[in-house]
Amino acid sequence: MSDIGPPRGAGPLARSEARLAWGLLTPTILAVSLVVLLPLLAIFWISVKPVSLSDLRAPDTVVREDLRGRPAAPGDEATLRYRLRNSSPSSEITGVTLEDTWPEGLTLAGELDPRCEIAEGILSCDLGDWEGGYRETLNIPVVTEQAWFDTVGDVEDTPVEVNGKASFVLTNNEFTLKNFVSVFDGGEFFSVLGVTLFYTVFGTVGALVMGLFASLLLNHSFRGQGILRGLYLFPYVAPVIAVAFAWILLFDPFSGSANALLVQMGVMDQAINFFGERPLALIMVTLFEIWRYFPLSFLFILARMQSISTDMYEAADMDGASPFQQFWYLSLPQLLGILSVLFLLRFIWTFNKFDDIFLLTGGNAGTRVLTVNVYEQAFAVSNIGAGAAVAVVIFACLLLFSVFFFKFMSKEEGL
Amino acid sequence: MKHLRFGYLTGPALGVLWTFVIAVTVAVAMSFATGEAFRPSLTWSVIFGIPTGLALVWGGTTFVASALLTVAYFVTLSLGIGPVLTGNVSLVARVAAALFMGVGIGWPLKVFVEELTMGALTRHEFEDAVIRTLRGFGYIFFTAIVVIPFYVMVMTSLKNQAQLMQNPLDFSIDLSQGWGLFRSYVELITEFNFGSYLWTSFYISVLTVFITLLFAIPGAYAVARLRFRGQAAFSRSILLIYMVPMIVLALPIYIAFSMMGLRNSITGIVMIYPVTTIPVALYMLQGYFRGLPAEIEEAGLMDGLSRLQVIWKITLPLSLPALASVSLYVFMIAWNEFLLAFMLLDDPSKFTLTRGIASLNSSEIPRQHLMAGSVIATVPIMALFLGLEKFMTKGLTAGSVKG
Repeated sequence: MSDIGPPRGAGPLARSEARLAWGLLTPTILAVSLVVLLPLLAIFWISVKPVSLSDLRAPDTVVREDLRGRPAAPGDEATLRYRLRNSSPSSEITGVTLEDTWPEGLTLAGELDPRCEIAEGILSCDLGDWEGGYRETLNIPVVTEQAWFDTVGDVEDTPVEVNGKASFVLTNNEFTLKNFVSVFDGGEFFSVLGVTLFYTVFGTVGALVMGLFASLLLNHSFRGQGILRGLYLFPYVAPVIAVAFAWILLFDPFSGSANALLVQMGVMDQAINFFGERPLALIMVTLFEIWRYFPLSFLFILARMQSISTDMYEAADMDGASPFQQFWYLSLPQLLGILSVLFLLRFIWTFNKFDDIFLLTGGNAGTRVLTVNVYEQAFAVSNIGAGAAVAVVIFACLLLFSVFFFKFMSKEEGL
Repeated sequence: MKHLRFGYLTGPALGVLWTFVIAVTVAVAMSFATGEAFRPSLTWSVIFGIPTGLALVWGGTTFVASALLTVAYFVTLSLGIGPVLTGNVSLVARVAAALFMGVGIGWPLKVFVEELTMGALTRHEFEDAVIRTLRGFGYIFFTAIVVIPFYVMVMTSLKNQAQLMQNPLDFSIDLSQGWGLFRSYVELITEFNFGSYLWTSFYISVLTVFITLLFAIPGAYAVARLRFRGQAAFSRSILLIYMVPMIVLALPIYIAFSMMGLRNSITGIVMIYPVTTIPVALYMLQGYFRGLPAEIEEAGLMDGLSRLQVIWKITLPLSLPALASVSLYVFMIAWNEFLLAFMLLDDPSKFTLTRGIASLNSSEIPRQHLMAGSVIATVPIMALFLGLEKFMTKGLTAGSVKG
């Protein structure tokens, strides 16, 4: 009786399908989590750590072993020397021990360092704690025997083992909120945020509007349309570094063609430093962003335009709608979906953009956006922790955007 | 707008507008081509534009208009008046400018105002003429803003520092030096190791494409075709990952690579690049796989193929065009990638092209080398793109809006 009704749960077929699916997805999931999720977690971890660029290498013991005195015949005296050093200038290493196989053919001649002992052919020393920047040379007087020369002895043949406990800033229990304090301190953060928002909003809207115009131009069939379409995609396809440098050269204050042209045409009296003056530099990088990304919006909008059926326009023509009216009352509502999706996506990408501004101005002259700030803090100021804190702020903004985005996307099944 | 809708007003207005547009265009183009001083003049554009617009509404053909205007502009250029003002330039430059002006104004303007009559106009006629004029302006504007930076890039790479400083506008090329023109390129390849950078960039990009496809094809197939719990969440998280900014990840990656000794190695780069492209590729491919008819695959299953064989023998051959666009797109991303290469590579023998160009950006290295490097990086990707434009545009539209 109870068997009547649709089957519940997963059947064996469904289960094997799910297994296959996970099997196919596992490599991707692993790779992506290794390179995306792990670093994301790491960023949160680093952002509460007092870490600078020079702390990146864990403090380690460094040892060099050699035999001094150039023994030439059996019975010659020599010195077995261990040069020891703490690689970190600031961090302590505790409980350092040294262990090395006693070289064959050498005998101790004189007093051994009190911290060391030789037992069963093994030299072991207990060297205690080393503060940051610690250096020491351990000298052991020896006499060579025939066996040393028979085996063509080299003291470096056997590796020296030096062990100690170091507290590494990235893995220890030391936490700090200083990074976040320094990020939000001094009002600089809000000017950076303001610049970011200006760049993002105007860059996105500008690229969309330009893309819309470009697609209106090309939404016609005429000879050379393909060539023009290809040409208009150039800014997007070319490597950013190439076009950024071309722009820098074009707008150079001393030998830039744009300045020369504008002066010659009488638009300005003297050359302007386009990427070096305060409000202008920000406008220029925003224009660059528009220039570089209008092709993308244009491509999407054109694709959507070409899928609008022409019947509607014919009907509108019959009813006497003028071209502007057709655009305003027919095309634009049809394009609204793709435009809003493009706006949201482009908004996020522009917010995330780093290369363009970094190459054009390096974040100078009032163009420092959040992403460039990450780099500035981490590498220019060498404060990795503060850089990570800015990155966390970026990520938080991003989460905010994507919540909004997915709420919107579920309605707009555009992309 | 209503009181503008008369042929005797619309015509001159469009005439002035178009005359000025062409005057600016000719001035900019001639300046860039010859390095001489050419200036557009708004006042003269008004003086010349009004009668031109009026005359073309009244009658005339494109040929007559072009010929008459060419002659007129040649005379005015020589006299030092007119919409484009110039100093004492050569006869050839004057003829070229006049021809450019005459044909550039006469021919399109006649087309723009063709349907206009002298009297009152319907809204349709009026807007059509305005839109045609604006469209003409649009073509010139977009072409100019796209072409000028690339033109400057190529021409700068062919000049030398002294010429550049002397007249930044003079892009005329001295053809008499023959192969000497390509001095910067030869120096980059012989002295700056760019040949090897080109090769490094190329094989890193190809490897990235292969590794990306290796991961993305099975993943995309699973998301598109197979039913499993968490499928919807998975396709959504692809998009989410696609939105994480690279600079946020670059910092921990830099630290991890420093500690593991992977910095400054091609292996490290080849490990990282595919991961940045896998989400894009997966997203593009799953969209395409969804569009393929499932019936063919089911027929394959019925005939005794396993799922993996179905993918290999049915799905992949059917999706070759999509694979081509994805490959192209991924190749482009890897070829153009700058941030990671910049942060992770310090050893000049292992530079990629973009990293190599970044190293040219110093005051000791002449500008033309920087631009020659940029041209070297741009030409291959452009050639690939123009050759396979159809795939590329399809790939871009499918690949959402990553950039």
